[in-house]
Amino acid sequence: MELLFASAVGILTAAGLYLVMRQRTFPVILGISLLSYAVNLFLFASGRLAVNMPPVLLKGVEDFTDPLPQALVLTAIVISFGMTAVVVMLSLGAYLSARSDRIDLNDTEKTGDTRQ
Amino acid sequence: MENAGVFLPVIAALPFLGALLPGIMIQAGRNASAAFAAAPTLLAFIMLIICTPSVLRGEVLQFQFEWLPALGLNVNFMLDGLGLLFAGLILGIGLLITLYARFYLSREDPMGQFYTYLLLFQGAMTGIVLSDNILLLLIFWELTSLSSFLLIGYWKHLPEGRQGARMALTVTGMGGLAMIAGMLILGDIAGSYDLSVILTRKEAIQSSPLYLPALLLILMGCFTKSAQFPFHFWLPHAMAAPTPVSAYLHSATMVKAGLFLMARMWPVLSGTPEWFYIVSTTGLITMVLAAVIALFKDDLKALLAFSTVSHLGLVTMLLGLGTNIAAVAAVFHILNHATFKAALFMTAGIIDHEAHTRDIKRLGGLRHLMPVTFVIATLGALSMAGFPLLSGFLSKEMMLEQTVHTVWAGPDYAVPILATLGALFSAAYSLRYIFHVFGGEVRDDYPSKPHDPAFGMWAGPALLIAIAILIGILPAVAEPLVKISAYAVTGGNLPYFHLKIWHGLTPALFMSVIALTGGAGLLVLHRPLERVWNAVPRPEAKVIFDALVGAATKAAHWLTDTLHNGRMSRYAFVFALTVLGAGAFAWLGGEIGPRTRALQPAPLAVLVGWILLVTCTTVMVSYHRHRFLALVLMGVIGLTVSLGFVYLSAPDLALTQISVEVVTIILLLLALNFLPKRTPVDSSLARRVRDGALAITGGLAVAGLSFAMLTRDFALPTISDYHLVNSYKGGGGTNVVNVILVDFRGFDTFGEIIVLGIAALVIFALTRSVLDGPGGRWLAGWGPDADEAGDRHPVMMVIATRVMMPIALMVGAYIFLRGHNMPGGGFIAGLIVAIALVMQYMASGFAWAEARQRIRYHAMIATGVLIASATGVGAWFNGRPFLTSDFGYVTLPPLEKFELATAMLFDTGVFLTVVGAVMLALDSLSRMARRAGETVNIHPMDINLGRNGKKD
Repeated sequence: MELLFASAVGILTAAGLYLVMRQRTFPVILGISLLSYAVNLFLFASGRLAVNMPPVLLKGVEDFTDPLPQALVLTAIVISFGMTAVVVMLSLGAYLSARSDRIDLNDTEKTGDTRQ
Repeated sequence: MENAGVFLPVIAALPFLGALLPGIMIQAGRNASAAFAAAPTLLAFIMLIICTPSVLRGEVLQFQFEWLPALGLNVNFMLDGLGLLFAGLILGIGLLITLYARFYLSREDPMGQFYTYLLLFQGAMTGIVLSDNILLLLIFWELTSLSSFLLIGYWKHLPEGRQGARMALTVTGMGGLAMIAGMLILGDIAGSYDLSVILTRKEAIQSSPLYLPALLLILMGCFTKSAQFPFHFWLPHAMAAPTPVSAYLHSATMVKAGLFLMARMWPVLSGTPEWFYIVSTTGLITMVLAAVIALFKDDLKALLAFSTVSHLGLVTMLLGLGTNIAAVAAVFHILNHATFKAALFMTAGIIDHEAHTRDIKRLGGLRHLMPVTFVIATLGALSMAGFPLLSGFLSKEMMLEQTVHTVWAGPDYAVPILATLGALFSAAYSLRYIFHVFGGEVRDDYPSKPHDPAFGMWAGPALLIAIAILIGILPAVAEPLVKISAYAVTGGNLPYFHLKIWHGLTPALFMSVIALTGGAGLLVLHRPLERVWNAVPRPEAKVIFDALVGAATKAAHWLTDTLHNGRMSRYAFVFALTVLGAGAFAWLGGEIGPRTRALQPAPLAVLVGWILLVTCTTVMVSYHRHRFLALVLMGVIGLTVSLGFVYLSAPDLALTQISVEVVTIILLLLALNFLPKRTPVDSSLARRVRDGALAITGGLAVAGLSFAMLTRDFALPTISDYHLVNSYKGGGGTNVVNVILVDFRGFDTFGEIIVLGIAALVIFALTRSVLDGPGGRWLAGWGPDADEAGDRHPVMMVIATRVMMPIALMVGAYIFLRGHNMPGGGFIAGLIVAIALVMQYMASGFAWAEARQRIRYHAMIATGVLIASATGVGAWFNGRPFLTSDFGYVTLPPLEKFELATAMLFDTGVFLTVVGAVMLALDSLSRMARRAGETVNIHPMDINLGRNGKKD
């Protein structure tokens, strides 16, 4: 199971990284969301994987999984929603104002000269 | 004097405290401004004099105050002989300069500013010489660089002033940075940053392998500050400053800071071959080279500037020799040079002030017009040349005597010959200052008819020259001061000596005679020599410096433009590459322990989930140009992740993830309504391959790291057990995750709901600004680019959501209430309620729903945060820290016994903030839709008959 978990995190990371490096806002947002999944899963995994051991103190139950990463990831999920929402609005605002959803400021391959 | 040490911080602080006064008092006139600049200086000087007797008795006054003991940074001051000599020079000459500047500055110059800068500089300088802690010393050291920048660039309208200030700051600032590194190494070797401790660790420091790097870095700071070759070039350019500044900073004080530090560190750093060869060679080269250049400068201040460089080289060489008696000569010459050179600078300023030029070629014959200035300048120049019965003669004689005993890498005649050559050129330019400026016939083409200035202007230089004559005739006057400061420099190994004029027919006397007669000879031959000098091409330091600065600027621009060129996709690439590189570095540099955890079996269901996730992700990346498809697949991925949380014992996470997923997808769908539905091909195949390769490498790295982590136990003892044990006892809840959120780590959660609220407000503000800008106008003429559904608000959906609304709200309340003990809580309940509300919005339109909504979302966010903080503050009334929770059990018939915890109240705050934030974000998007022409329906359901997508 560890192998499946690790590979899933890896695949999400790779897909997220690839999409983040695209030149339009929408795929970048998708990429950020995928990266968020990957990061959250990775953080969650720092408590190691456990089946049928929820950290809820019930009578007669002795083994619990690590609650701390779960608490941290829970807020991380909500915060990543906030972040996604802001980024979506930014991209929407930029698209409406500039009529383009490109994310690169200057499209010419030549660099520099923005200062003059 | 008992406990005179308490004066030390006051002496250092007075100029800083007083710095504001002249700036304010300039409103009351120039005299008031000058008086208030002089007052703190005078007060500090008096305190120094009070301290003097005990220092002369051999005491070292100290004051200690711990500032940041963890860093070894203490506000420790000390006053020994060396500090006394320098502090006396700084404050004494400072007073004279204040007087002089009052008459020198014209009515157009902002005098208050000048005195403020001057006092800041004076405070920094005093701080350097009184510091007992090298970190404190470094702070003052940098302050002198900064305040001298302000002073050199005082005449802001002069380009030379600005350039000179910049150059001085660059060179001395660079040296200062090197010195910080050197001092830190030194402190590390010595085990303390206190000078009084460091000075006792000679053996440890000199035997350390880090001695040479520390020495080089510290000397870099000293050489740049004291304008030693090859860093000498900034000093002549700093002469664009007003003359009082040149006289104060560039002859008497700041440029001597480097010498001071070399003298201060002399007991522990000197005596090694490295010290000898680096310091004495640099000093010797500087002394001779600058003396030669000075002879051919026509600008009075340039002549004096190069002569200062030359004399600084002389002292550096003496310190470099490493013998105790040479250190005595060095200290003595510091004193003498400060007096005669400050006086000479002031006379140059007087000439400039009166004749409106300082070009030697346009002057001459001034002895008739300015007799007082003539006498002062002549005596000063003769002292500089090393004429008997003047102070310069004594220390120069001692210097020459020392060179005779110096063997430099084999031959024993090289150093004396070069030193004599330096003295010879020194005599020549000193005599030129007298004969070419004051000698000759009175001319009638001065830019302004010169005459002697007001008394206030020549009083200062006259006093300094009187001191020079006094020491020259009665050297015993200066002996106690020289002795006590040389005692400090040599670390107590003071040789037996007497300062006297006549030593007999020594080699030094012959060298002096050669230098003086040779100097006179050179002056006679000045005209032909000058022609030769001007014909020979020489490297111009400013050109080289500008080229270096230009190259550095260009390189910096290149680097910035390459990394930061306005293309975000490049930033993402650079960022990913950097993170990957850092990860690889950490991986290769660290060690990984053996595998300690056995792999767990994977049942079929898990495998199916994995296949689903992998397939969706792969398809999504391959078809990401079809945006709707990509969004649907993303929903599936999110769902799979939630299922994963369910399986892996994280019910809270599963609930959160699934509700966030719903809200996110709705948000993205709303946004996609306006955005293009497809992503065009922008990048070349090569670039996609490059990005893909990086992405796959990153994915492999993360997968490898995750696997390595999952198959190993914790490296350090975990703190999770504490939470498990104390969750019920201390927090009163059995759902440990929720207890951590609202109790153990409540402060984190508090911060996070604030962030969430801010994010929602940012979204609201963004929407407003977009709608008010060109985007809003464009949106007003926007038409849907795809066919719209005929029934915008279908009957089925409207009825279903209406029925579900109370049920959804009840589920939300249930999830919220049980959160403390079972999976659930404020975050999840907030999301569920938000979804319930959004359903109404979707069914009947945002505007329709909004019109029936009584609470504003802004207020909801604010109330949530306020409730959370009020709960936190409540703990104060119990005498506990912020956010400490409390709980108890209450029995209310006919209900079962139930628990009330303040954490519940906190969770209510979380709940309200989450609902408000989510709804505000979605509501903002709906504003855009309304601007785009979406009409508000009157009835909860309606049918749009114009279904071809065109508007009326």
